[in-house]
Amino acid sequence: MDKNHLQRQLEMKRSLLDQGYLDEQFIQLEELEDGDNPNFVEETVTTFYANSARLLQNIEQALGSRPIDFTALDNCMHQFKSSSTSIGATRVKKECTLFMEYCEAANAEGCIRTFRQVKQEHASLKTKLENYFKLARQGGTSAGGHAGRS
Amino acid sequence: MNPSNGKGSISTASSSGAWKVGDVVPDQFPAGLRVLVVDDDPTCLVILEKMLRNCLYEVTKCNRAEIALSLLRENKNGFDIVISDVHMPDMDGFKLLEHIGLEMDLPVIMMSADDGKHVVMKGVTHGACDYLIKPVRIEALKTIWQHVVRKRKNEWKELDQSGSVEDGDRQQKPSDEVEYSSSANEGTWKSSKKRKDEEEDTEDRDDTSTLKKPRVVWSVELHQQFVAAVNQLGIDKAVPKKILELMNVPGLTRENVASHLQKYRLYLRRLSGVSQHHGSLNNSFISAQEATFGPMSSLNGLDLQTFAVTGQLPAQSLATLQAAGLGRPTAKPGIPIPLVDQRNLFGFENTKPRFGEGQQQHMSSVKPVNLLHGIPTTMEPKQLANLHQSAQPLGSMNVQVNAHGGHSGSLLMQMGQTQSRGQILNESAGSHVPRLPSSVGHPVISNGIAGGVIGINGIGDNSRGIGYNQVRPTSSMLSFPMNHTSELATNSFPLGSTPGISNVTSKGAFQDEINSEIKGSTGLMPSYDIFNDLHQQKSQNWELHSAGLQFSASQNANRVQGNLDVSPSVLVRQGYSSSQTSGQNRNVSDMGRAVFSGVESTQQGNAQIIGQQHNNFLVDNPVRVKAESIPDAGSQSILFPENNFGQEDLMSALLKQQGGIAPAESEFDLDGYSIDNIPV
Repeated sequence: MDKNHLQRQLEMKRSLLDQGYLDEQFIQLEELEDGDNPNFVEETVTTFYANSARLLQNIEQALGSRPIDFTALDNCMHQFKSSSTSIGATRVKKECTLFMEYCEAANAEGCIRTFRQVKQEHASLKTKLENYFKLARQGGTSAGGHAGRS
Repeated sequence: MNPSNGKGSISTASSSGAWKVGDVVPDQFPAGLRVLVVDDDPTCLVILEKMLRNCLYEVTKCNRAEIALSLLRENKNGFDIVISDVHMPDMDGFKLLEHIGLEMDLPVIMMSADDGKHVVMKGVTHGACDYLIKPVRIEALKTIWQHVVRKRKNEWKELDQSGSVEDGDRQQKPSDEVEYSSSANEGTWKSSKKRKDEEEDTEDRDDTSTLKKPRVVWSVELHQQFVAAVNQLGIDKAVPKKILELMNVPGLTRENVASHLQKYRLYLRRLSGVSQHHGSLNNSFISAQEATFGPMSSLNGLDLQTFAVTGQLPAQSLATLQAAGLGRPTAKPGIPIPLVDQRNLFGFENTKPRFGEGQQQHMSSVKPVNLLHGIPTTMEPKQLANLHQSAQPLGSMNVQVNAHGGHSGSLLMQMGQTQSRGQILNESAGSHVPRLPSSVGHPVISNGIAGGVIGINGIGDNSRGIGYNQVRPTSSMLSFPMNHTSELATNSFPLGSTPGISNVTSKGAFQDEINSEIKGSTGLMPSYDIFNDLHQQKSQNWELHSAGLQFSASQNANRVQGNLDVSPSVLVRQGYSSSQTSGQNRNVSDMGRAVFSGVESTQQGNAQIIGQQHNNFLVDNPVRVKAESIPDAGSQSILFPENNFGQEDLMSALLKQQGGIAPAESEFDLDGYSIDNIPV
């Protein structure tokens, strides 16, 4: 285990937490990692991104329909938000909450605008996490600090 | 009962690593708790799974409610607790909750990111034992075992109070161990009791002539006799004294009958009550029947649609059915209604009350459907007759069911009567849509249900459903989201020979139903037979069982044997499953449960998932396992390792085991339905 790498990894994580990109839930996931699943967090995040793309598509479609079905839109977003929350994506979650408020108010424009924010946060977090995992791998550890990943 | 087998037979249901009856290790508790987690979001699903594993539980994950229901039905005693998300695309979490409560009576925990008071309240009113807010923390999961223990404890207490049941022993037993394996959801008080009996060798208690306390063990036969007497008198006129006279069982007291009657009535009420609750048409194909179908709603909805789509279900039929369903409450006009109710019985009630009042009707009506193929043993000739009779109306319908291979045909049985119309669950390719007369049928309707295998179990046309816990645990049929409707059918329709699919479904359904019925010794007659045999063969059951039928309850064990028949049908599924395996994970190595058809995490192979829980299930059945290896399309292959297992083969096997169960039964289409041909 490269101490330097580990150090950097921890720092990166700290920064992500401080900036609100990630929250306690992410830490929880890391704590779940163990010998049996040394790369659990990364795998989970990968699963999330694979699935969330689809969910975002659904929202996109619902937003594109005219007239907009806000109930359906709300449901779609609820799913996406729930998924994002599960990996601790705080900023994304915040935007989702805002989006849902607009939905409830049937404010189409607000929804469209906020949705852009959602996508942005979603993409930005993805990059950051990719870097994070890469660092972890380089350091010879998994995201949660478990050895076993080279 | 075979005490000796008890262990083996009962534990079948329990997952391999789970609590086996008999070898429970109390100290380990709650480790090994068998949890089924249902969530459409793959991310949440893997996280929950990991957390639960860290708690040392045995986890099975599922991304579709229908698949979850099939799994549960197939393996009645395979799980101790269910955790489900509220918002799911294929079925509302609360609906699933209802279904489970009715059919399996397992504790269910709801989860959602939504923490609104309204939603949480809904959880309470629908019977959830807990509500977790997402993101769920592992700490919250560490104590979920309390719900299992609590439920078991209450169940025993209930049983004990009934007086007619000898559960005195049971309660004393450390509920945990035994309970776990026996899965409180046995629902059928009988089955659970039985299991306990077996395990604990409290068989003596069955001695009805004991002087101390007239503890009566309501065996399948006894219950059958009871139901027959009740039917003869008419449910409204059935008074304990007269029932007692009709039954003419030495040693049985009026009190025993009275309390049993009370339970039976509750059971029936619940059946009809269920329908009311599920009144939503969309789901159950006949909303009227919904009660039973309720849970199946997802299926039902499919069914209806399927049927409608397929044109099989003419609008009027639907209306009729619905009307029938609604109207039925007690009247058994001899038809449709009974079926409807029955359906529920099967579907839902599998574990529950065995009273299949409604069921009976179904059974009779359904008859033409081979549904029972698998279950032959249980079906008594009379029932068959009834079925036939009832089937008549269905006429082609029923038959079709079978033909469809996998159609809910089995379900049709039930449907036969009322539905004859087309209600039959189209499960199968949707062509036949065997209408399951009653709610039960719905489940079968696999057609629309891609993953709705679930329906099948329910099909047991009411009567069956009750008894059967959906014994088919193994049948991957059910679990597979297979498109083919058969999945649904698996439980209920033992479609005779039909192309695997129809048979499978029906069989599966039946078996389950039968099993469940048997357990509950409900009116379903056929089940009784099976039970009897099953009981005897308990140990044997497991073998048969491996065929895919895991009888959760002790009865189930028996059923297994009897079910084997069904299994074939289930296996048959393979035949069809291939067609439908929409993607089910066949992995179900043992179980054939393709439960996770859509689960991303299936990487581990669905087999894993399913296998996890039920290793025991199929373990015994090498056949089953084989089926899985069959690469066929869809998970179906899992069902029976030997695809070629003809139902007939199974039946004969079963029959042999059963000691020569009336072969006629095997011929019953209604495998499961034969139970009550008593036209109530």
